[in-house]
Amino acid sequence: MSADVLVAILLTVITASTPLLLAALGELVTERAGVLNLGVEGMMLMGAVTGFAVTLATGSWPLGVIAAALAGAALALVFGVLTLTLVANQVATGLALTIFGIGVSALIGAGFVGKPLPALPKLSLPGLTDLPIVGRVLFGQDVLVYLSILMTGVVAFVLNRTRLGLVLRAVGQSDVSAHAIGYPVIRIRYGAVLFGGLMSGLAGAYLSLAYTPLWVQEMTAGRGWIALAIVVFAAWRPGRALVGAYLFGGVTILQLYAQGAGLVAVPSQVFAMLPYLATILVLVIISAGPWRRGLDAPACLGKPFRPAA
Amino acid sequence: MRYRIEPRRATPASLFYLTPVLAVGVTVALGALLFGLLGYAPGATLYHFFVSPITTVNGLAELALKATPLVMIAVGLAAGFRAGVWNIGAEGQLTMGAIAGGVVALRLVDVDAPWVLPLMALAGILGGMAWGAVPAVLKTRFGVSEILVSLMLTYVAVLLLGLLVHGPLKDPTGYGFPQSAMFGASANLPLLVEGTRLNAGAIVGLLVVLAAWLVMARTIVGFQIRVVGEAPAAARYAGFSGNRVVWLTLMASAGLAGLAGVFEVAGPIGQLVPSVSPGYGFTAIIVAFLGRLHPVGIGFAGLLVALSYIGGENAQVAVNLPRAATGVFQGLLLFVLLASDFILRYRVRRVPPAGAPVSGALR
Repeated sequence: MSADVLVAILLTVITASTPLLLAALGELVTERAGVLNLGVEGMMLMGAVTGFAVTLATGSWPLGVIAAALAGAALALVFGVLTLTLVANQVATGLALTIFGIGVSALIGAGFVGKPLPALPKLSLPGLTDLPIVGRVLFGQDVLVYLSILMTGVVAFVLNRTRLGLVLRAVGQSDVSAHAIGYPVIRIRYGAVLFGGLMSGLAGAYLSLAYTPLWVQEMTAGRGWIALAIVVFAAWRPGRALVGAYLFGGVTILQLYAQGAGLVAVPSQVFAMLPYLATILVLVIISAGPWRRGLDAPACLGKPFRPAA
Repeated sequence: MRYRIEPRRATPASLFYLTPVLAVGVTVALGALLFGLLGYAPGATLYHFFVSPITTVNGLAELALKATPLVMIAVGLAAGFRAGVWNIGAEGQLTMGAIAGGVVALRLVDVDAPWVLPLMALAGILGGMAWGAVPAVLKTRFGVSEILVSLMLTYVAVLLLGLLVHGPLKDPTGYGFPQSAMFGASANLPLLVEGTRLNAGAIVGLLVVLAAWLVMARTIVGFQIRVVGEAPAAARYAGFSGNRVVWLTLMASAGLAGLAGVFEVAGPIGQLVPSVSPGYGFTAIIVAFLGRLHPVGIGFAGLLVALSYIGGENAQVAVNLPRAATGVFQGLLLFVLLASDFILRYRVRRVPPAGAPVSGALR
């Protein structure tokens, strides 16, 4: 395999992995605070359609990206009000968020189907970007790719090395104790849920502004759910979420290349099934293997909490 | 005067059944607001969405036709939700049921016998169950989340159906369209009302509701499902097996979803096509909650949510409202419903400010 092909594959793997990583990091923080938000798919779609619409209307992709993040957060806020303030069931509310997000994004996006948009600009550093092989991989990406890598470090640092992270983890491990020693459990959970929404919105923006600069109804195609699986795979650790996202991104690209390589005997649908089947397989290996210990979910994940008045 | 929110000790039964009605009202109001914001006349749009579709016999028949799969699936899902088993892959199980039943119908396309349809139904139930068995095995053996597995399998099932109708099951005389041959006459559900599409599946749907009601309310199995969900510790103490309940509820919901899939292809569709359901498997989740996870409630909820499908189609024709409005309505309904549960569990009480004078004389 020539170096050019290798670079091409690497570049596409990065593109496929970035939205997964962004969404998974957001959900990871949400879950570390003890909240299970199954609405990632819906928040991503809202981010995707909003980012596309705002970029198209204003001609400014930074505005589009910001609007996408806010749209994701707005939907997350609805989730927060329902599950944190009104103590609704988190699983059901997350599903509602996804159903609602699919509907609203399709409604908003009905007029944008088929409209083209230039892709997010990529970094270009004279000298560095032109380096053989590593040049475009390391120095020729768009802002969201760098942000996803940066955020992996930031999330890991904040969770493990700061007071805020310690409190957030305490809230997820034992809401009652955290409340008893005076931490504002609900407020911290709101923060974590909103962060999850922001990141899902960015993941959606990446899909509609960079991955395929187009709006297509339900263009997330289950990536929000795969991001949820990546969080489990990652055992709620940011570094492993990075590995997981690139693993899944790699599988997605592998199936595209396998299809393109002219394996005519195998129908395209079989390849398209691979990411979903791989998700199930990975979940089984993670849950059944000898490395199971130490991979436990935050103790309060998905459990409702309402402080006594 | 201050207000305090405090948990209720007991929920009044009236409130339990009133909140879904309230939620529907609030959703319609929110929907009207949304239509207004999008530039549609709210009154006329609501009329075309919720009223005009059911002013004709055909409209009512369509309502029952679309309510049937929703209700059948939701009844099964509700049993699982009660036990804390979250099967959200009913759409995939429906698709597998349609495939299994469809394959039987296509093999027996020249057979004119009364047993063709029951055989298809059986195949569909087994097809759905096979798809539901995967999350059941993985959950009970390895503790893998049934939520993610059942959902991932939905994508796989839909792709499998696509593969089949583009390849092995494609009608050779179908001008290359990705669809199977039409089923034989004995593979079609008999119509209940001539001139409409309403078929005998609706009767089966009703029977499913009645049977589920009996099972949940009157049998030890139903009791176990409820105890496992509501008091897991008590269930363990009583020796009820959690794994057994996972299997039971997943098999019941997946089997019913599979049967609903057969009824779609043996009813209104009449052949295998790339998409056999407009998301009934997902919408049934809303139906289950709207019906308060109770079989009879689900029957009514199914009719109401079916209206959002027909209304969506009708409003698209009448006022050019995008089809996606249906999904928005359904999502809104579930939101409002979940929010309304708050008033079931908490109440607002007025409390006098601390240290307030009891009478004016002390002032």
